Amino acid sequence: MTTPRIELRAAPHLVKGASVERIMFHVVLALLPLCAFSVWQYGLSALALIVTVTAACLGTERLFGRAGNTLSDWSATITGLLLALTLPPSFPLWMGAVAGFAAIALGKALFGGLGFNVLNPALVGRAFVQAAFPVAITTWVPAFAPGRFGEFIPTTFTTPLMTPPDIAVWAKHALDGFTGATPLARWKFETFFTPAQDFLTGAATASAGETSAVLILLCGLYLALRGFMDWRITAAVLVSAALTAWGFQLYDAARYPGPLFVLLSGGLMLGAVFMATDMATSPVTPRGVWIYGAIIGVLTVMIRYFGGLTEGVMYAILIANALSPLIDQVTQPRVFGAVKEKKA
Amino acid sequence: MIPGQKNPTNMEEFLEGIWKQNPVFVMVLGMCPTLAVTVSAMNAVSMGLATTFVLVASCLLISLMRNIIPKEVRIATYILIIATFVTVVDYLIQAISLAVYDALGAFIQLIVVNCIILGRAEAHASKTPPVKAVINAVGMGLGFTIGLLALGGVREIFGAGKLFGFSLFGPDFQPWVVMVLPPGGFFVLGAWLLLFNWIDSRKAVKSPLPLGEG
Repeated sequence: MTTPRIELRAAPHLVKGASVERIMFHVVLALLPLCAFSVWQYGLSALALIVTVTAACLGTERLFGRAGNTLSDWSATITGLLLALTLPPSFPLWMGAVAGFAAIALGKALFGGLGFNVLNPALVGRAFVQAAFPVAITTWVPAFAPGRFGEFIPTTFTTPLMTPPDIAVWAKHALDGFTGATPLARWKFETFFTPAQDFLTGAATASAGETSAVLILLCGLYLALRGFMDWRITAAVLVSAALTAWGFQLYDAARYPGPLFVLLSGGLMLGAVFMATDMATSPVTPRGVWIYGAIIGVLTVMIRYFGGLTEGVMYAILIANALSPLIDQVTQPRVFGAVKEKKA
Repeated sequence: MIPGQKNPTNMEEFLEGIWKQNPVFVMVLGMCPTLAVTVSAMNAVSMGLATTFVLVASCLLISLMRNIIPKEVRIATYILIIATFVTVVDYLIQAISLAVYDALGAFIQLIVVNCIILGRAEAHASKTPPVKAVINAVGMGLGFTIGLLALGGVREIFGAGKLFGFSLFGPDFQPWVVMVLPPGGFFVLGAWLLLFNWIDSRKAVKSPLPLGEG
């Protein structure tokens, strides 16, 4: 086959080397420091959880992937890592596998695979196990337990389908004195304001990967600089959440914690940087992106302050995901030179 | 039954509701009780049998009266006949088991408006002699019961670790709370529909002939 001398094609003529595989691979790279940090914090159990959930996601993707090998585009790996990072480190491995299966099967394969999913698969998986196992997903262990690299948390190897053992017994002899509640729960039920430096160093009780706001922001910065992530979504989420929290603090400072607490606690950072920015589930129009981010930020604060749950990031992002086609539709930019149609 | 089609045999009439026109998995009718009462296998079977009874009895009566019911008021007549049998079944269940009656709640009375029954009355019983109408109704009722049991069984196994109240996994079983909540009904129904469509699509690939030959 000879190549024609003159190529006649429509624009674009210069193609940048950004493929799905390349972008996804860099997101995986950006997630690895978070995984490493959570393993350092929580030890072997966190490692086992991350490996199991990712393996379950990859296995499910293989099972449902119709068009050849869809494992090599890294997207299932990202779902697995992100999902594992949103789960408590003491989460039993079999439940982690269920979460991974639900994430890919319900969140992705059902809609036709990568690029067709309406909702963020990792959050679908988490929402499923949140509804199925409400106790296990709100059982927390403290970070930096002394023997974390020598032993597993006893709930990790719960027999499949069985209830995990009570963690309080183990916690009593392994560590002395710990409150099994996240800063958000402590604020909601005990009106206790966790100091900000606890969040920055990862000393607060939380899910495996949401403890270090600084590390998450650095990883996000890497992605944003490489152009693999829409920084406007992250900015919109964080700014709108901070503004909403600030408004409530002005109204009643004794009851509502300030913007800093809202930004640093729970999964807001992880959600804003890695989940809200999922390309398939966020709007594409310039104005739509800001609206989408603002919806997430405001809803998160609203659910945290007035909802029954302590954390609202997951549902806020899922709701905004569902709204994003609509947002795209109403924020279509005016075509250059086009005249606005007059109403008949 | 499509007009002009050759008369189906009794066996075909019976099997129509169980497989080829299964009310739950093929026609996807009567979704309200299907999703609402199938939190356990026992509830599912009770609901299925109650519906079967109403279906068979009203199809028989409608088939017998098919030549004397005026066309203009046929729907009202069907509803009246169905409502009579629903009242019977309502009191019957109360007499047999109050626990089941409480678990099924309003859905027993709502059998009156179950579209499977009205659909069968309008599309089949009103045009068919009594024997065939009853055979078809029994098949449809059993098909509906099987469909409900398929949902209720799975939801009870995951949601409580039991089947018909017998513990399957011992006392340490971790219930999947979502399975006994409404979303669980949709998940399980979706999974069954997926399975049945997958089987159908495999059949279609294997035999180039149009479906409905066997």
